[in-house]
Amino acid sequence: MIADGTEDEEKWLAAGSAAFKQNAFYMQRAIDSNNLKDALKYSAQMLSELRTSKLSPHKYYDLYMRAFDELRKLEIFFMEETRRGCSVIELYELVQHAGNILPRLYLLCTAGSVYIKTKEAPAKEILKDLVEMCRGIQHPLRGLFLRSYLAQIGRDKLPDVGSEYEGDADTVTDAVEFVLLNFTEMNKLWVRMQHQGPARDKERREKERGELRDLVGKNLHVLSQLEGVDLDMYRDTVLPRVLEQIVNCRDEIAQYYLIDCIIQVFPDEYHLQTLDVLLGACPQLQPSVDIMTVLSRLMERLSNYAALNAEVLPYFLQVEAFSKLNNAIGKVIEAQEDMPILSAVTLYSSLLKFTLHVHPDRLDYADQVLGSCVKQLSGKGKINDTRATKEIVSLLSAPLEKYNDVVTALKLTNYPLVVEYLDNETKRIMATVIIRSIMKNNTLITTAEKVEALLELIKGLINDLDEPEGLEAVDDDDFEEEQNSVARLVHMLYNDDTEEMFKIISILKKHFLTGGPKRLKFTIPPLVVSTLKLIRRLPVEGDNPFGKEASVTATKIFQFLNQIIEALPNVPSPDLAFRLYLQCAEAANKCVEEPIAYEFFTQAYILYEEEISDSKAQVTALQLIIGTLQRMHVFGVENRDTLTHKATGYSAKLLKKPDQCRAVYACSHLFWLEDHETIQDGERVLLCLKRALKIANSAQQMASNGQEGSAGSVTLFIEILNKYLYFYEKGIPQITVESVESLIQLIKNEESMPSDPYAESLFASTLQFMEFQKQKGGAIGDRYEEIKV
Amino acid sequence: MNFLLGAFKPACNISITFTDGKNRKQVPIKKDNGQIVMNPLFQSQETIAGKIHIDPYQGKKVEHNGVKVELLGQIEMYFDRGNFYDFTSLVRELDVPGEIYERKTYPFEFSSVEMPYETYNGVNVRLRYVLKVTVTRGYAGSIVEYQDFVVRNYVPPPPINNSIKMEVGIEDCLHIEFEYNKSKYHLKDVILGKIYFLLVRIKIKNMDLEIRRRESTGAGANTHVETETLAKFELMDGAPVRGESIPVRVFLTPYDLTPTHTNINNKFSVKYYLNLVLVDEEDRRYFKQQEITLYRLKEETS
Repeated sequence: MIADGTEDEEKWLAAGSAAFKQNAFYMQRAIDSNNLKDALKYSAQMLSELRTSKLSPHKYYDLYMRAFDELRKLEIFFMEETRRGCSVIELYELVQHAGNILPRLYLLCTAGSVYIKTKEAPAKEILKDLVEMCRGIQHPLRGLFLRSYLAQIGRDKLPDVGSEYEGDADTVTDAVEFVLLNFTEMNKLWVRMQHQGPARDKERREKERGELRDLVGKNLHVLSQLEGVDLDMYRDTVLPRVLEQIVNCRDEIAQYYLIDCIIQVFPDEYHLQTLDVLLGACPQLQPSVDIMTVLSRLMERLSNYAALNAEVLPYFLQVEAFSKLNNAIGKVIEAQEDMPILSAVTLYSSLLKFTLHVHPDRLDYADQVLGSCVKQLSGKGKINDTRATKEIVSLLSAPLEKYNDVVTALKLTNYPLVVEYLDNETKRIMATVIIRSIMKNNTLITTAEKVEALLELIKGLINDLDEPEGLEAVDDDDFEEEQNSVARLVHMLYNDDTEEMFKIISILKKHFLTGGPKRLKFTIPPLVVSTLKLIRRLPVEGDNPFGKEASVTATKIFQFLNQIIEALPNVPSPDLAFRLYLQCAEAANKCVEEPIAYEFFTQAYILYEEEISDSKAQVTALQLIIGTLQRMHVFGVENRDTLTHKATGYSAKLLKKPDQCRAVYACSHLFWLEDHETIQDGERVLLCLKRALKIANSAQQMASNGQEGSAGSVTLFIEILNKYLYFYEKGIPQITVESVESLIQLIKNEESMPSDPYAESLFASTLQFMEFQKQKGGAIGDRYEEIKV
Repeated sequence: MNFLLGAFKPACNISITFTDGKNRKQVPIKKDNGQIVMNPLFQSQETIAGKIHIDPYQGKKVEHNGVKVELLGQIEMYFDRGNFYDFTSLVRELDVPGEIYERKTYPFEFSSVEMPYETYNGVNVRLRYVLKVTVTRGYAGSIVEYQDFVVRNYVPPPPINNSIKMEVGIEDCLHIEFEYNKSKYHLKDVILGKIYFLLVRIKIKNMDLEIRRRESTGAGANTHVETETLAKFELMDGAPVRGESIPVRVFLTPYDLTPTHTNINNKFSVKYYLNLVLVDEEDRRYFKQQEITLYRLKEETS
């Protein structure tokens, strides 16, 4: 192409337009003076400007539009001439005297239009003549525009059903024939453009063809708007003829555009009834045609059609739309060997969406689609194309979205097979999608079998997949997010039947334990919690309450729990294991399983001793131990003594004095359980409290040595006072009025020292509480009455 | 003008009128000087009758040795201009020698005149019919007046009229088959036909149909041939591909055609040809010429 091509083009267009205008002016003058001969002469000269080969389609269109306007005027003039007595037949001949073909044919079409309007001859004859004569223009661009003009003037004169041009001799068949013929010729010209001119201009040519395609497509639009084109006509004439042309033209651009045109232009109902014909054409198209988009659009349309008109669904069944589509896709893929995987997947994805919309009840269809997809994917290994991957994700998400129920998806046996072909990253994404769907819809998954299937699906989250080396690790945040979602998922796996539930849990365990250290931290707790829930639902007595041989016994479950938790310390989260042991111990307590509870406690203690070294963590852990132990009533005296002793021992060994103090006074509770008379040892309660006081004292001393704020120790005293009051209230004989009073006195002395607002308010509210209890009266009131402040 | 004419014009004015002159059809004829005049139209076997008026100027008397009218059919070759060859010559004596004093009218009639040839105006030859009135005078020279008239002969449609169909081409380059619906066309006819492209390996730009007239004069070694293109009618624009068929529809009305004349009195022939011309993008021309016969069909007088 010449560098200043566009500039030249502008010049040519300007020159052409100028000459055009001039002749148009003379033509108008001739029209005004009713001079037919001159009008013809100047109009022919004017139209000669359209003979140029120098303009691009865009610019040529400019000129064409001017011609179009002028020809309207001429047509009106012709019409007037015929009213003045000029024979239209003569006129029709007269315009054909023009020596140059292009102007001649434009004039002929214009005269033909008038001829039809006068109804002196059947419209079909004239239209047929026009469409035949137009063959004289073999130049693609000029031919396309000429025929486009013909289509335009013919459009309102077609002998359509209900049209004024319909008659005995003129039927809609003739109208269809005319449009089809014109369409065929236009398409030929359009396709020919591709093959003319030097190869280096290919890109430009394709662009130009793109600009012209609507001229061709317009014909299909006209066909679709004919009243007389009913389903029969469409099926028997229109579609086969159009398809024949499309297939035979062997041009990629044309095939793609026109097939799409058919799909968009004609009603869905027709498509439905002619599916096999339409689909039959697809494998015959050029391999480079993007059939995937075409078919996707078709299926999309049909899906929407089905979605919007529920009453048409029976037709879908009647014509076996699904199997036809499925077959067609198979054939297309077969025919196009080197079709990229993306295309194939997109096709299946669309088909799946289609079947989900149209046959939501036919799960086997969906499964079939997935099956075909698997077949297609097999032998190709993992998919690397990111777009294809995305498409698979959308394929897999479709059933989830549709059914809002992962259970249904789990019934699709091919579903996991498709997942297999994803790369690890995508598998994870897919798994998250699945879980999200479950969470959103609160779907309970109730059988072991389904759980197994589900876990298979989301394997990507549960296991480390055999990642090729050198792959970047998953982002920590993402990982956490994913694992959290797995954790949430655990709670959706639920069955009222304990046996089944146990199975579910066992499966979970099996999978989770293989998950590697990083995951256990997230997956074990929900599993334990879920198991504990199960235990709670078990009959309280461990042995058979109903005389049946229960396969699920608490003992078994506890063993099971133990196994799970054992896995945790291997992971750097002893903390978590510790808590879980305590939880389990408590559950065992409820089930009155002393040895098991003891075992759990032992495990917890071991963890405390061996793994929990951080002092802050120790404090918290100890509090947990004390709290849990306090509630345990299953232990015999000996076991309990051992455990409590240990606990107090731990308390005393804490690093910071205040911590020690608090732990020790907390331990006091271990010796006094309200409801269990066996565990009411006032002596040891007092001992604990006294020890706490001692520690508080030494803490105070250390404080006065300037090591820490002294205010802290006052708080400790007040806290101990509260404990005293608690036990005093409970009526433990060893807690005497005097001891309480002296403690209050002590605190009051301390109070005189530099004030600490927290301690002050704490003390004030303690006193207030005492006063309050006093006021209440009764036994407790009496006891408080005794305390002299 | 008149007085100028008067200066050269001898003593009388001769005018010729035809019997049905008012109703008879007039057709345009191009004269030597390029002027177009209307002349009455006759055909063979018609009776040519009328009146001749001799009008002496201003009371002059015209002495003569007799008055006659001749009907001449002449062929004039332009290389031999002024030399007429009369193939038809009929004479009617109108008056015996004497004197004319005042306007005098002579009726005349040539009944059922055989006029086998049509009036023709070509490049190198002309065939004309003329009425020649001669007032013969001895010494002063005869006074002569001419009146041209046109003869056209109509023929019935030929009983056999085959189409022209032919396949032509250049090997491995271009093969076409063309078909014209007839080989004989009347002058108001339409040529219908089709051009099929069987093989196209050249880049064709356009295709025209030319109507050519071939006028040959003289005989033997002196034969002179002149070819004119009377019409150039574009049939196709752009490059067709194999399998295309291009319609042909050419109305003959707008062109100035005559019937085909074969060997008119051994003097000349006029033949017509359809010339199909294909032009490629390098402006090379590929053509095929086919003779057609033109004839004059009796027009419907509606």
